[in-house]
Amino acid sequence: MTQPVSITLQNSQDGFAIAEAIMADNPGAERRSMPAMTKIDRPGRLEIKAASVSERLGRDWDPQEIHLSVISLSGSVDEDDDYFAVYWR
Amino acid sequence: MNIDIQAEAITPRRQTFSHIARRFGTDKAASRYEEATYDVQPVANFHYRPTWDPERELFDPRRTAIEMADWYAFRDPRQFYYATYNISRAAMQQSFDDAVNFVDKRGLVGSVDADWRAMFAAYLLPLRHVEWAANMNCQLIADWGYGTQITSAAAFCGTDRLGIAQIISRIGLVLGEGSDEQLLAAKTQWLDAPEWQPMRRLVEDLLVVRDWFELFVAQLVVLDGYVYPLVTQAFDRAGAAHNGSPLSMMTGFLGDWFADNSRWTDAVLKAAAGESEANRQTLGDWFDRWDERARAAVQPVADMVLGDRGASAVAEIGAQLQDRVAGLGAIAEREKAA
Repeated sequence: MTQPVSITLQNSQDGFAIAEAIMADNPGAERRSMPAMTKIDRPGRLEIKAASVSERLGRDWDPQEIHLSVISLSGSVDEDDDYFAVYWR
Repeated sequence: MNIDIQAEAITPRRQTFSHIARRFGTDKAASRYEEATYDVQPVANFHYRPTWDPERELFDPRRTAIEMADWYAFRDPRQFYYATYNISRAAMQQSFDDAVNFVDKRGLVGSVDADWRAMFAAYLLPLRHVEWAANMNCQLIADWGYGTQITSAAAFCGTDRLGIAQIISRIGLVLGEGSDEQLLAAKTQWLDAPEWQPMRRLVEDLLVVRDWFELFVAQLVVLDGYVYPLVTQAFDRAGAAHNGSPLSMMTGFLGDWFADNSRWTDAVLKAAAGESEANRQTLGDWFDRWDERARAAVQPVADMVLGDRGASAVAEIGAQLQDRVAGLGAIAEREKAA
């Protein structure tokens, strides 16, 4: 079985937009709401696309900004100009 | 002693305000932008009619010829509410300050050809008066407009215009090496120079347009649609032959601002034109009327800066503007003049 990766985001305006973008782009991802944070799990890989988040925020969103919203994540990180991915090697 | 710390999750009974829930459903957490703009406009129980307009209510959708079934169709793609607006504009101000400080500290303005420096002052500095009028016009849209979505965005736009007027003034101070002589000279030009009189006439006429949506089209789509591309593109390119790049550094921000503002004006035009054929017709009439005026107003300024290339530059920008507005469905596609 593929191990789940996960990312936990703050329930902020940016955090909501990132969470929504993840849910739209990663079929099978599971979202759990907790006080002040949202945890998202998915087997194998999670990808956060800059274009999807930018569309939801109405501005250019740089994947590096994700560090302002992340509480915790598990998995290896692959980061580029247009996406931020968490996965297991 | 064993301390057990646990977080107890309390499910909120509702996710957002009632007026947002009625629009989007109760289970969806609304964004700040949505909460700040949708259905905030007062619509009932106004009591007395205003003394300055006794034919209408205090807030009344009939202050424009445009009709909308729902006045919340003008979603701002930038999603500006107080926080996002300020974050965005603080960044713009910072980038302008950095550019001007860079130019100022190194004395780069002195390296620009003296003739072009004078020309630059002659075409840029009087525009601060145009920007001030644009602020007044935006505030009228915010005041008489209907639906918080468009009025709050117009108020933000008005503040932008005051900011731009200040920025142009700051450039004037840099050109005047700290003195206000350039700004005073620019005001004299604005009032007396023949090149500027059609523009001043147009600006003063705009200040008394009473249909707020017509003003939106005339100022924010048409006049801005000529002035900004001319100044930030055509005039800027002409300056390159005179070592004008230090001046371009200071004005580059204007092009960025116009692109940003156009995202909003495009969305508004598209929504209004898409609503009904009557709206499209009205928008088209307004566009034609003010397009002609704006073209005539910028022409002498373009001639002053570009000489015999002025006419073609204005024609080109006019064609781009037509294409842009036609692309939004606000005017019919036309045959282009060959």
